[in-house]
Amino acid sequence: MIKNYDVVIIGAGGAGLRAAVEIPKEYTCAVISKVFPPRSHTGTAQGGVCAALGNMEEDSWENHVFDTVKGSDYLGDQDAIEVMCQDAIRAIIELEHMGLPFNRNAEGKIAQRRFGGHTKPVDPSDPYGKRVPVMRACYSADRTGHVMLQTLFENCIKNNVTFYSEYFVTDLIVENGICKGVTAFDISTGEVIVFRTKAVMLATGGYGRVFRITSNAHVGTGDGTALTYKAGIPLEDMEFFQFHPTGLWRLGILVSEAARGEGGILKNKDGERFMARYAPSVMDLAPRDMISRAIITEIREGRGILGSDGTYYVHLDVSHLGKKVIDEKLPEITGFARTYLGVEPIKEPIPIQPTAHYAMGGIPTNVDAEVLLNENGDIVKGLYAAGECACVSVHGANRLGTNSLLDIVVFGRRGGKKMAEFIKTADYSDISPSVAEKTKETINRIINSNGTEKVFSIRTRLQEIMMDKCGIFRNENDLKNLLAEIKELKERYKNISIQDKGTVFNTELMEAIELENLIINAEVTAYSALNRTESRGAHSREDFPNRDDNNWLKHTFIYENEGREPVIRYKPVTITKYQPMERKY
Amino acid sequence: MELKVRILRYNPEKDVKPYYQDYILPDVSPDMRILDILHEIKWKYDGTLTFRRSCAHGICGSDGMKINGKNRLACSILLKDLNFKDTITIEPLPSLPIIKDLVVDMTSFFQKYEVIKPYLITKTPPPPDSERLQSNEDAEKLFESAKCILCGCCTTSCPSTWTNENYIGPAALLKVYRFAFDTRDEGGDERLEIIDNPDGIWRCHTIFNCIETCPKEINITWHISQLKKRISIKEL
Repeated sequence: MIKNYDVVIIGAGGAGLRAAVEIPKEYTCAVISKVFPPRSHTGTAQGGVCAALGNMEEDSWENHVFDTVKGSDYLGDQDAIEVMCQDAIRAIIELEHMGLPFNRNAEGKIAQRRFGGHTKPVDPSDPYGKRVPVMRACYSADRTGHVMLQTLFENCIKNNVTFYSEYFVTDLIVENGICKGVTAFDISTGEVIVFRTKAVMLATGGYGRVFRITSNAHVGTGDGTALTYKAGIPLEDMEFFQFHPTGLWRLGILVSEAARGEGGILKNKDGERFMARYAPSVMDLAPRDMISRAIITEIREGRGILGSDGTYYVHLDVSHLGKKVIDEKLPEITGFARTYLGVEPIKEPIPIQPTAHYAMGGIPTNVDAEVLLNENGDIVKGLYAAGECACVSVHGANRLGTNSLLDIVVFGRRGGKKMAEFIKTADYSDISPSVAEKTKETINRIINSNGTEKVFSIRTRLQEIMMDKCGIFRNENDLKNLLAEIKELKERYKNISIQDKGTVFNTELMEAIELENLIINAEVTAYSALNRTESRGAHSREDFPNRDDNNWLKHTFIYENEGREPVIRYKPVTITKYQPMERKY
Repeated sequence: MELKVRILRYNPEKDVKPYYQDYILPDVSPDMRILDILHEIKWKYDGTLTFRRSCAHGICGSDGMKINGKNRLACSILLKDLNFKDTITIEPLPSLPIIKDLVVDMTSFFQKYEVIKPYLITKTPPPPDSERLQSNEDAEKLFESAKCILCGCCTTSCPSTWTNENYIGPAALLKVYRFAFDTRDEGGDERLEIIDNPDGIWRCHTIFNCIETCPKEINITWHISQLKKRISIKEL
């Protein structure tokens, strides 16, 4: 079956929903998602969304730009960061107008709190001088992502947006640099549908599920990045994957930076506030990459706490904040500690470990969410990407907390506007009905296979080796071994079979297709990581411990060549105002 | 420890009606989430077992199901927190059509949610360059209702839903509260009229099942009673 829509948006998280609101009613727009929209992973974001509203103390969007550039370890494109931080103020006001229930300050304006890496200069005329933490994160208790997702979904209902919920996209139809549509199947019936479109937006989120310990939902399998790469489009800066320092021990469930923004402290087994040694000025509010490295260093040097399963953790202590602050400001995350670890945060510290959290890299785009065909900035006509699956790049080598919720509303909207403009004059492309065959063949091959390999065992192995060899610290030897083993897993994948042979709600089939996407994401991440012989932001090479601006102040563009092997080219970083300097906090 | 897991199975391509299947797991830990146990079965024993899940920590609302007789999220309850001897029983959420195994058809649930106009209705334009003002106290009054994750545990636990499929249900009513009590909202009456009928709010007989089952521990009945009060005062 072929369906025509002016716009198809893949993914119903914050970026996809925000884009959908922008498509005028006279055009047809469909949002396709493998889960119901309110199930999307945006809903798990907790601590806040930053904008220099200045509601609590003086602040400026330029301060926000400086912090984001520095946080990115100077790999973020400064023109794009300026767009995001300047637009942040309007974007937050707009969310309030849409109905988002923010916490408020004494005047009834949106309340703000501190967050890692967000600072302002003591002397406003000297951004390079001493800086102190600033209250910039707008929040709704520790459910900011949840209420943002709800608010955007509500506004889509108000705008009569058409949803294809529980449809799984399997193919991106790109020919001669033009995106013509996508193929998907209806999970509840197995029916394969081709969506013929003028514009497609990928808003498919991240791929944290390539790692063993992750804060990401099971759906975070990098479907959009994998589809793009398979369609011959490059991926940008895939070596930069953020580990959030405070995941719940063993489970990886996120414990928001808001816990530290409200005054929580990290402690090692001696009860020492170890961040005072690593980042004397901002301590527990240092950026995530630095704290994650500090935690692993503490554990490696024997100052971690041994858990019942033989793994190590450190403590996040919020007990001194008192019951009132904990209950009012951090109810959700302290609830997780109680439910999953049986720990009462009002009385005792929470066991935490770094958890794979966010892909800074992704599908390369310009500031209007148009997907780049190459490092020269040429675009793929009719193809857009926004949110975690995209790389604008505003996060560079390390994203600051709260900037992901900001990214999705700023660039989701810009992409939506750009698509609305594009479809006014664009035409549908011809699509041969036979494009559906590719998806049907994939489904039939997996269902009819009598192979001996299981999805679970390949995926578990992939997650283990990615965690061990491509995690917080990396080196050449590990990465080479990792790539060799990923090759083996790719071979094993060809021999997978599943037990569920049906067409109705076949989640085993979905997991098999998602595994292929995970393997692609893992391979490009490891390959890009091996290639970059320096340490910058979240990419930390033990064999190349320093940042090397002479050779590496550039974006990685990884392509698949005709022999289906990765090839790397580069794009320069855009610097407008802030020259790279040593990154100390 | 060894555990027997009894699951209500149904595959429309094969089965005439649902039936129970037992799985014996030789080695499970009491610290496992029920979702971990379902994954253990699916990934190691029976790939055909079908259920929804995503975030695995009680925010996305995908894995609502009936566990030992009570609607809960499979990811938000540990085995050791269940009362059982040697068997746990898992069934789909009641009263909704089963698509397959533990996956139910949520269409009617979301239709009831959409019908109450679940969005801020305003007539006065907001200030152009700043937020509308609201006291933190007024904002926090909405937080408990805004916690709802639309998992469907409450609506499908309600005997009034079981006996009348047209009843709008506690989840949709909670969402009415979320907006009707928002000081910024100006859609009060038009939204209240939608629920002021026998299949609307008056079908709630304060049975309290919704409170007992809500995985986010929302006092849903209290919120519904506030709405009833507001409608009654309006009609006096």
